[in-house]
Amino acid sequence: MPANGVPTKITQGSGTKGGIGESTLRPDGTLKVTGEFAYSSDMWHEDMLWGQILRSTVAHAEIVSIDTAEALALPGVYAVMTYDDLPTEVKHYGLEIQDTPVLAHGKVRHHGEPVAIVAADHPETARRAAAKIKVEYRELPVITDERSALAPDAVLVHEGRDDHHIGHVAHPNIVHRQPIVRGDAAVAAARADVIVKGEYTFGMQDQAFLGPESGLAVPEEDGGVHLYIATQWLHSDLRQIAPVLGLPERKVRMTLSGVGGAFGGREDLSMQIHACLLALRTGKPVKIVYNRFESFFGHVHRHPAKLYYEHGATRDGKLTHVKCRIVLDGGAYASASPAVVGNASSLSVGPYVVDDVDIEALALYTNNPPCGAMRGFGAVQACFAYEAQMDKVAKELGMDPVEFRQLNAMEQGTVMPTGQPVDSPAPVAELLRRVKAMPLPPERQWESSEGADVRQLPGGLSNTTHGEGVVRGIGYAVGIKNVGFSEGFDDYSTARVRMEVIAGEPVATVHTAMAEVGQGGVTVHAQIARSELGVAQVTIHPADTQVGSAGSTSASRQTYVTGGAVKNACELVRERVLELGRRKFGSYHPAWATAELLLEGGKVVTDGGEVLADLVDVLEGEAVEVEEEWRHRPTEAFDLRTGQGNGHVQYSFAAHRAVVEVDTELGLVKVIELACAQDVGKALNPLSVVGQIQGGTTQGLGVAVMEEIIVDPKTAKVRNPSFTDYLIPTILDTPTIPVDVLELADEHAPYGLRGIGEAPTLSSTPAVLAAIRGATGLELDRTPVRPEHLTGTA
Amino acid sequence: MRVNFTVNGRPQEADDVWEGESLLYVLRERLGLPGSKNACEQGECGSCTVRLDGVPVCSCLVAAGQAEGRDVVTVEGLGDHARQRSCGGSDGVPLDAAKGWAAKAGTDSQAGEGVELAPIQQAFIDAGAVQCGFCTPGLLVASDELLERNPNPSDADIREALSGNLCRCTGYEKIMDAVRLAAARQSEGV
Repeated sequence: MPANGVPTKITQGSGTKGGIGESTLRPDGTLKVTGEFAYSSDMWHEDMLWGQILRSTVAHAEIVSIDTAEALALPGVYAVMTYDDLPTEVKHYGLEIQDTPVLAHGKVRHHGEPVAIVAADHPETARRAAAKIKVEYRELPVITDERSALAPDAVLVHEGRDDHHIGHVAHPNIVHRQPIVRGDAAVAAARADVIVKGEYTFGMQDQAFLGPESGLAVPEEDGGVHLYIATQWLHSDLRQIAPVLGLPERKVRMTLSGVGGAFGGREDLSMQIHACLLALRTGKPVKIVYNRFESFFGHVHRHPAKLYYEHGATRDGKLTHVKCRIVLDGGAYASASPAVVGNASSLSVGPYVVDDVDIEALALYTNNPPCGAMRGFGAVQACFAYEAQMDKVAKELGMDPVEFRQLNAMEQGTVMPTGQPVDSPAPVAELLRRVKAMPLPPERQWESSEGADVRQLPGGLSNTTHGEGVVRGIGYAVGIKNVGFSEGFDDYSTARVRMEVIAGEPVATVHTAMAEVGQGGVTVHAQIARSELGVAQVTIHPADTQVGSAGSTSASRQTYVTGGAVKNACELVRERVLELGRRKFGSYHPAWATAELLLEGGKVVTDGGEVLADLVDVLEGEAVEVEEEWRHRPTEAFDLRTGQGNGHVQYSFAAHRAVVEVDTELGLVKVIELACAQDVGKALNPLSVVGQIQGGTTQGLGVAVMEEIIVDPKTAKVRNPSFTDYLIPTILDTPTIPVDVLELADEHAPYGLRGIGEAPTLSSTPAVLAAIRGATGLELDRTPVRPEHLTGTA
Repeated sequence: MRVNFTVNGRPQEADDVWEGESLLYVLRERLGLPGSKNACEQGECGSCTVRLDGVPVCSCLVAAGQAEGRDVVTVEGLGDHARQRSCGGSDGVPLDAAKGWAAKAGTDSQAGEGVELAPIQQAFIDAGAVQCGFCTPGLLVASDELLERNPNPSDADIREALSGNLCRCTGYEKIMDAVRLAAARQSEGV
């Protein structure tokens, strides 16, 4: 019998108009508001078992022994597996470097590493069984920062490295290092009238998607397995899962289940292999659902970072040079660290013209939690630091911080530190102008005739102030993010588009493996099909591995790349439909041979608007189907010594203005407004675009004032793995977010669009920090800012 | 143990319930109502919000046994609940009427055509308040309850009422829009 919650095709009906550029509504919206949309944790199967993972209670230790006897003896337990039970020689996985053990072997390298897995008939039984597994650890010293990682006698987090980065790093506890040298920073520094140095600390942020890691693995009759899963990239998962199971990829069928947010946290595998192993071992369907505590251990986080910057400028406000060093803590396993290093280094100067730079970014191996992809991906940490620097330099020069930025703003044609020219619009100065021009929220509302509404003051309903000690501050920031996978990666997508007549109407079906994680890719695919094929009805096929790879729902790339693939496949379908029309009806009208033909309103029309045929008649008895890969312009690797190379596909820009009110006595911050201006190239769906910008802005607000995973520096253990202790912004913490959308087309991209999801996460954080600095006069060189940093009691 | 209670107007009986199971677990895993979500299971995120005898609660923090003999409304019953309210005035729904409600059978994969939504559900779709949608069921139940007791909430009222519901995708702006939209439509009698 089939599993409950298997995704079905969603057809958006003829009542739904709307091609690209319109704010059409989500095809899955009704299912999501009625509770019928099946997320991966909602899957259910007759006779299914529940899987549970036992995780290490220490960060760095040798495993002396594992005793599973008591767990196995518990009634209701069907299987207990450890490293010794893995079926093949492939026992590790990883996005780029396969350094992550499926289950710990001889050693654990971080707090919460999977050691054993259990399947039982009730989730509580599985939890109790896991608790009965006895693991004896012999603890090792922990590597927690650059000093301990690179000490002469440092323990190696990974011995015997043979990955392709080991040849160019100075120490085996460095995952990857990327220098960028352009011009001569030392010579340029001599021209500087002012030089500003700063050291900054960026805390560890969690993606905190609300839908926990989960999935259902169903064993199949051919000895394979069908995995229903929430992920960001089905084919990347498949490539990592199949070898560990000892199965050819065709015997591991994967279907995307409902995904409750991602933000980078689902790029790496979590419970995928574990569920499949247990299903194949027991012959029964196995469901695994993390709870929130486990979720904090079950995915990588945003790299915490130390950033060292030096900026120079002439008296008239021109930047002379930038030197910087960015040290990212990659934690125990590589995950996406090498690519994060590439981003952090290549985007470290920000959206400014600087000819002379000396840049270095690196990621460490430590025993802290593994870090990898999160929205903004290396550019977020850099933006926090370079924007703080820009404010400091402006202050040193006695210039307005916005004017100083505009004076140094890049534009189309500017050459990046990597030597890559920016060959599409880069309206950095204009975005700053727009965000500054927005009206400011009224001041000192608590003095109005209605009196103070404490809900709008710092401290809120805690009723800690009625305005006493409250000071306003305003801050600005702007950032630059790359779009798509960089550094020579073959970043393609695939789309299958079918056109046929169903119940007397022409219907287009779009089938891709794109992970819809909430961003609205499915909405956009339907819009593209309507625009290109002139149909009202579009069916979105569930995403699975029965079609070619769509690449990752990451790097602001899916509308560009899978959107591009859908557009391309639609164009090929249109050609075939017109060919069919010419064969059937070409002899009836000369325009079939001579005119430019379009598909519009269910008809074949000439570019002059003359109707030649009904699509229903053209397609009568035939279906047209095309599956095709699509690629954007290729990129190049960065030179390992100089960092030179055309490494990025496209750049994306956003600017923020933050208005905050700070209770300076208690150190409480209320963000009053967080305005954003962003260039999106072309807004395919304006409603979704604004939603992305507001959501990204809020995640930036979170890491400015509250979000941080606290890792004990002595034990490398995570101290706050819960929503009680790791805070994300509530609706009370979040201000109004006015958005100004600019559309300057990028001629290289489909429809001129620009990837948008990440840029707003960059500049939000430094804008809030700048506003708090403005209110308090404090330096504030770390994020998030907590009350004790504002009251001097840290 | 066996638990008897009313869910979305329909008497329900759950057997073999272990004493430690939450109301959320029984709804999701035993009664086939997975609409209430399991984002934190510690009462911090509100994604499992249901109404227990009319009061919004985190169903993850309610032991299943505590629901014995009581009335539960989940996101699956929101459309019917709103329809009953608009027919029966603001004093809640008579028990006899409530017992006539039934959860929808099966999944309407045709983008919900033919499904009658509560005004707050339609407003969430129209305002773009749904992205990944995992927080949506809890927010809908909480918003619907707010509009039931306060048909014209101020922005500060909305923020206060929804402060127990985390959303990670939207930045809440479009959720504010959705509640304002539902309130406006309600006051216009649309």
